[in-house]
Formats: sequence, structure tokens, C-alpha cells
Amino acid sequence: MLRIESLRRDRFGPFDFGPFDLALAPGEACAVTGPSGAGKSVLLRMIADLDPSEGRVSLDGIDREAMPAPLWRRQVTYLAAEPGWWAETVAEHFSADAPARLDPERMALLLPPEVFGWPVARLSTGERQRLALLRALAGGPRVLLLDEPTASLDPDSVRGAEAVIEARRAAGLSVVLVSHDPAQVTRLTTRRLAVAGGRPL
Amino acid sequence: MIPSPGPLDLALGAGFVLVNAGLSAALGLGLARTILVAACRLVAQLTLVGLVLRTVFGLGAPGPVVGVVAVMALAAAYEIGARQERPLRGPWRYALGGAVGAGATVVAVAVGLASLRPHPWWDPHALIPLAGIVLGSVMSGIAIGLNGFTGAVRRERAGIEARLALGATRNEALAPLVRSAVRAGLIPVLNQMAAAGLITLPGMMTGQILAGQDPQGAAASQILILFLLAGASGLGVTGAVLAASRRLTDARHRLRLDRLA
Repeated sequence: MLRIESLRRDRFGPFDFGPFDLALAPGEACAVTGPSGAGKSVLLRMIADLDPSEGRVSLDGIDREAMPAPLWRRQVTYLAAEPGWWAETVAEHFSADAPARLDPERMALLLPPEVFGWPVARLSTGERQRLALLRALAGGPRVLLLDEPTASLDPDSVRGAEAVIEARRAAGLSVVLVSHDPAQVTRLTTRRLAVAGGRPL
Repeated sequence: MIPSPGPLDLALGAGFVLVNAGLSAALGLGLARTILVAACRLVAQLTLVGLVLRTVFGLGAPGPVVGVVAVMALAAAYEIGARQERPLRGPWRYALGGAVGAGATVVAVAVGLASLRPHPWWDPHALIPLAGIVLGSVMSGIAIGLNGFTGAVRRERAGIEARLALGATRNEALAPLVRSAVRAGLIPVLNQMAAAGLITLPGMMTGQILAGQDPQGAAASQILILFLLAGASGLGVTGAVLAASRRLTDARHRLRLDRLA
């Protein structure tokens, strides 16, 4: 159970943000909706503790402050809308055993087996987005914070990505989704959190 | 022994600069003014420094000598801060590089004094040139290292945050950037060591030989100095880049680009 209580910008922050409350059971999915610039990405970054914030965030009753931030982020993983890369080849972004373990999900995402040998610089935007989803799933997170995960995918890849997310959700993954596609929001999530001007509506 | 140049001899050298300025004016390079101003500054600064140092040398007390070194260290801290394209916010801009550079210089000068063994230990003939040459080298190394590091962190922000989001520690996420910034900061002193004697005759050695010292002895002290410079730059650049990597992240392993100006 992911529990968020009065999550808001810390007092040194440049603008007011929050407070947000949310409780997500395992396997539950919530959509964060609102216009561009409403603060949807900031909310996801705060939940992942990538932006400083105040309030309580806990997973299964354990406060995130009670554990080192890297451990928290391995369980509550944020996937940016424009995911970053830090090495030459795709394989260097995965642990050695990950490609074999992720084989079914790689296939569902319509990526060929040799994709791990490719240089990152040669990937298309859509390939990057699908590989970043695969990379985020590789660590086995309990909660996935998805920021427009299918924005630059063709319809077939979107279906593949949604199938992968659904399968993980059925196995207990909680999902917070930012998406500008109302149909996708209906397909993937059962709950809504509307945001406007950095506040819940 | 070659006597030090008098006013007439210097006038000859100044004529050489005037030729340069005239050439620039004739070719319309627009540099004539800059050249003349720089030459005048050089004369004023070095004459003043000569006067101050002669006074300090004559006082025969450690206080003023250490004071001169402290002023040099403050100037180095300022220069490091002024060289930054995107410096750290607030006093960190000058304090971080300045403190680490001063620390590395103290260590290197202590090693230098231990091997030269001047009497008394603060003899300005040893302490001031030693501290000056070490500070200069450490300063340029740290300025390059810090500038490269902050620039790379800004450029690689997405990649760093992707690693952090997947559960990397701040050290893991920044390690490649720290390594390449330290390497860049050490290139000048490495070049200096490799090129010494073959390509350039180091300034200090030139001075000693012109002042009539045996070239063998001049070479020996130059070797010692270059070792000190390499050691101090290594300490200073590594320390400053590591300190900056701490400052640009926080205890919760977040990237804090808001701490850059």
C-alpha cells in the first residue's frame, strides 16, 4: 500500500505546491490528470523523492525517510517523459541478467532480441521510450510512476506497452499514470487525481 | 652572473611591445589599445609587487610573510570563482574552490619546505615563490575541473536523474562525470611535466639560469617544483570536484541544480 499524506513543496521551494493525499493498494492504478504545466510531473517526482518535499509518504507502513533514498526509488520508480541515458549501448543500462528475465516483456513491446547491442544514439524516440519502460520494470518496482509512457509510440506499440503494464499490475504493481490520452486513462486506471495550478481539484 | 636589467634595458623591451602595438594598428586588428593597457598594467603590478615584497623581506618577521601568502590565496579563490560559466550559488562560488585550493597548497608548500629546509622556515625567499607557483597551478586546475564538472552535470541532467530514479546512489550516478572533470583539470600540469625541458624551458628555471645559477641545480629545483605542482593539483582538483559533487546533490541523493547560479 502506497500512502501519501499532505505531500507539498518544502518551505524553501520557489512556489506553492500541494497538499496531495493518495492511497494506492497493490495492483491499483490512478491517473493524474490536468492541463500542461499543472504540476503532474512534479507530483510524480516528489513521490519518488527526486524533488524536495514535505509530508508523509510510506510504502506498506514504512516511511520513505526511514530508508535510504536509492532503496525507496528501487521500489517506487519514476519513469520520466523524456528518459535519460548514460552509456553508449543499450545493454549497459541493464544488469547482466535482465535481458533474459525480461524476454516476454521485450517481445510484447515489439523490440527485437538484438536491441540490447544497439548504440543508444541510433535509437528512435519510440524505441527509447519502450526501452526506458523495460528498464524501469527490470528492477521489479512495487510502484511505477509513469509520465506519459506512450506519448511517442505507434498504435501497435501502445497496445504492447499497455499489455505489459497491465500484466505487472495484475501481479501487484501499483501505477500512477500521467497521460493526455483519455482513452488510455480509461483503459489503464480506475481512479483519478485531478491537478490544476499545483493543487488537487 | 648577468646583472638585472636597468630602466634603459627595459625601455628596449618596451620598444618591442610598441612595435607589436604599431603592427596591430597598421593591420586594423583593434588590439593596439589592449596591448598597451596590458603592458602598462604589467609594469605597475610587478613594480608594486617588487616594492611590497622588498618591504616584507626587510621586516624579518613571519606574520607579514604569511599575510602575503594569504592575500595570494584569496586572489586565487576569486579567480577560480570568476572563471566559472555556471558557478555555485552564493558564497560557495568562491569558498569551495578557494578552501580546497588553499588546503592543497598548504600541503604542497609543507612538503617543499621540508625538502628545501630554509632557515627560518618562513624565509620569504622560499615561502613566497613556492606558495605562488603552487597556488597558480592549483588555481587553474581547479577552475578547469569545476567548470567542466558543473557544465557536464547540467548537460547530462536527464541521464543522471534516470540513474537516480532507478535507485543509483549519488556517487554512482556522478562517478563518470567526476572522473572526466578531474582528468580535464589535471591536463595542464601533466602537459607541463611532460613538456618541461623538451618543448618549454620552465619559467622558474629560465629565471634561475639568467640569474647565473648552474643549470644542473636549476633543473633539480625545477623537478622538485613540478612534483609539488602535480601533487597539489591532484589533491586540489580531486577535492574540489568531489566537494562540488556533494554540493550539487543532497543527503536524499537528489540532483540539486537549483544550487547552480
